Amino acid sequence: MSDVILEMRNITKEFPGVTALKNVSFSVRRGEIHALVGENGAGKSTLMEVLSGVHPYGSYSGDIYFEGKECQFRDITQSEAVGLVIIHQELALIPFLSIAENLFLGNERAKNGIIDWNKTISDAEALLKKVGLKESHSTLITNMGVGKQQQVEIAKALAKEVRLLILDEPTASLNESDSEKLLELLLQLKENGISSILISHKIGEVSKVADSITILRDGATIETLDCAKETITEDRIIRGMVGRDLTHRFPERKSNIGETIFEIRDWNVYHPLHTDRKVSDNINISVRRGEVVGISGLMGSGRTELAMSIFGEAYGTNISGTAYKNGEEIDISTIEKAISNGIAYATEDRKAYGLILIDQIKDNITLANLDAVAGHGVINEPQEMTVTGEYRDKLGIKCSSILQLARNLSGGNQQKVVLSKWLFANPEILFLDEPTRGIDVGAKYEIYTIINQLASEGKGIFLISSELPEILGICDRIYVMREGKIVAEMQSSEATQEKVMKYILTNKR
Amino acid sequence: MKTLASLFKKNIREYGMLIALVMIMVFFQWKTGGILMKPINITNLVLQNSYIIIMALGMLIVIVAGWIDLSVGSVAAVIGAVAAVLMVRLDVNWVVTFMISLLAGALIGAFQGYWIAYAKIPAFIVTLAGMLVFRGLTLVILNGEAVGPFPVGFQKLSSGFIPDFFNYDGLHLTTIVIGGLLSIILIFMDIKNRKNQQKYGFDVTPFYFFIIKNIVITGAIMGLCFLMASYKGLPNVLVILVILIAFYGFITSKTTLGRRIYAMGGNEKAARLSGVNSPRLLFYTFVNMGVLSALAGMIVAARLNVATPKAGDGFELDVIAACYIGGASASGGIGKIIGAVVGAFLIGVMNNGMSILGIGIDWQQAIKGLVLLLAVYFDVYNKNKSI
Repeated sequence: MSDVILEMRNITKEFPGVTALKNVSFSVRRGEIHALVGENGAGKSTLMEVLSGVHPYGSYSGDIYFEGKECQFRDITQSEAVGLVIIHQELALIPFLSIAENLFLGNERAKNGIIDWNKTISDAEALLKKVGLKESHSTLITNMGVGKQQQVEIAKALAKEVRLLILDEPTASLNESDSEKLLELLLQLKENGISSILISHKIGEVSKVADSITILRDGATIETLDCAKETITEDRIIRGMVGRDLTHRFPERKSNIGETIFEIRDWNVYHPLHTDRKVSDNINISVRRGEVVGISGLMGSGRTELAMSIFGEAYGTNISGTAYKNGEEIDISTIEKAISNGIAYATEDRKAYGLILIDQIKDNITLANLDAVAGHGVINEPQEMTVTGEYRDKLGIKCSSILQLARNLSGGNQQKVVLSKWLFANPEILFLDEPTRGIDVGAKYEIYTIINQLASEGKGIFLISSELPEILGICDRIYVMREGKIVAEMQSSEATQEKVMKYILTNKR
Repeated sequence: MKTLASLFKKNIREYGMLIALVMIMVFFQWKTGGILMKPINITNLVLQNSYIIIMALGMLIVIVAGWIDLSVGSVAAVIGAVAAVLMVRLDVNWVVTFMISLLAGALIGAFQGYWIAYAKIPAFIVTLAGMLVFRGLTLVILNGEAVGPFPVGFQKLSSGFIPDFFNYDGLHLTTIVIGGLLSIILIFMDIKNRKNQQKYGFDVTPFYFFIIKNIVITGAIMGLCFLMASYKGLPNVLVILVILIAFYGFITSKTTLGRRIYAMGGNEKAARLSGVNSPRLLFYTFVNMGVLSALAGMIVAARLNVATPKAGDGFELDVIAACYIGGASASGGIGKIIGAVVGAFLIGVMNNGMSILGIGIDWQQAIKGLVLLLAVYFDVYNKNKSI
């Protein structure tokens, strides 16, 4: 057996008008964790799609060797048959089926089409033990958190006798402790001889677990770094990805903080279904003009729920409390009222809640403030084209035209469309919920610059984020949430990662 | 000529169904030995299909909003019955009856819209219930009998023609004048639109394409008007239709209201979080559907000059099929008014053509079903290819 489990040679893949991959060569050694990094649109996903047969043999040029044998996959089933399994960023689990049913979906433990439940259950339990998931095999997927779902995905891959596991942004939607667990699991699988390819934007975790790192940029391999030979710093990786030194990951900003613009007092929110459960417990928060206020906390600590309940009671029931803008009480009981009071909420889940994916970029940008490009309810289309074109240029949305459909954009560009929509609504108070989730370093920097720009215009900004460096890097003041309560408030000048983390985690049930 | 090729590729999708309609018309024109395009048959074609088209306008909006309405046939029937009883049994003036009936349609729409938009019951279930309820009420109102005939004014709604102001022998000149005016308005609007686009520096279609397009449209309108003029002129119903099509086409493509409906159908959650009041919008979508069903119900009754318990039976299927053939997406957010109109005409021409050829209703059904399937397949195939 050779030392190399996978070798891709001179892969070139063209889409109409674009060369997505130019002569990319990529190889993975047996039993290593090989990280694949690069900015959005660098070609990582396309390369993996070529590998797994999503783009069938013949639609690209170049050769693929797996376990020394040449592979010509026509679809995913063929690549899975030899032990190549991809876990996509959007998990492919069926919410109303149990863990056991999901584990063997398409790969059922059955004889002549009749499911052998005893074998299903015993195999499922063995797999769950292997990935360290403490859940019953009969738990429905819908009742589990994203972190546990990710573990189920990995168990599902193991059920297919995986030899090379490909994870596309596995930790993008996980909080820090779940991410830790997942990386542990990868290391443990490595011990058991399973190689993996890890696509990630989180440089920290890459340098922690990877044995080698391949950097892609603009569809070409830039370099492969061997972590055993040299110590690879985060800055070193970032330099390779962006092709320049990012001396500052966060743009400089001079805070110019004014009067309190928005305040929430005694805010209580109950869960929409379990109406006796409090999801926001007596919250008092405020933001001043020109201030960026961070809301830190674990996923499920009630950050999104709080923001959405303030945004026109878009979440929760039995909401009580008062909102003040410039010292005066305002009515924010519906989304329309919240928007007309100058509040905006840019969602964490842009595909489900942020964008009309089948609509054009321009339609998405103007949706929250359509009347600004219309007279007497009639849309002035040329004007609409012009203003949305301005936002495209201002925020640097990379697209062939503003008439392009939102679903054909990369994650970072979709996020910029969501931001454009809310900037176009001309708000004074913005809730930005995980605005940099799943987007690359360069685009993150651009988003931070936009946030700074907004603050300098005198807007009040709440930034919800799971990434502590981000919170510390761009916020003036920080709230920490835990279990629906604000447990700490501090100036970022006096905050450290350790200090915030302590508040996030202590008194955990 | 890369532009010509790409233009064709884009247009095959935009105008695919229009091309199919023309081909089917040519086919039947040939097979029926020229009967299809005879003035009297063209007039009949319009009269026979007017109510399907009217309901398709409302149905398209319902489908774009992401739902469906199965009750339209029954609603048309119950309103026809209400109108008949008012006029025939209670001697109410026909204009007053017309207004009351439209109002009744709006109330029925509001009733169904309430359950769908605010009580959050799926439209499929609400309107399935409505289909049964209003069919039953039709029987109750009519006592199971046919009620008619109607005052002449009401009959004219469907069987009347616009008056001729010129009295020229053998040709209905007013019709031709109206056709000419309509053509001029359309050309003028297209030129204005093109200038506007150029002013803002956007890509416009090549000039020769612009010319060809306008010649084809003008030719079609004038050709149709000459055919009509050589019979009895424009039917009243066609005038109503053109006004409604223009109105709904404008609402869906040019207004904030229309844009919000498409957004709601494309992603209800995202639209709501962008300040679109989707329950209210959905409610009014069904109110609108109710009014259009009522109008269609009256036109059906006026055409037959009698309201019967079986009126409008199965209309909902033709109406829904028209929308899907016209390119509407079953998952919402996609579809055009003009597509639904073309879809309705496609079904109408097939019904008419096959009837002339003496094909039985049994085979007509089967063939229509296959056409629906093929049309949607064509659409899906094109969409997948273009991504």
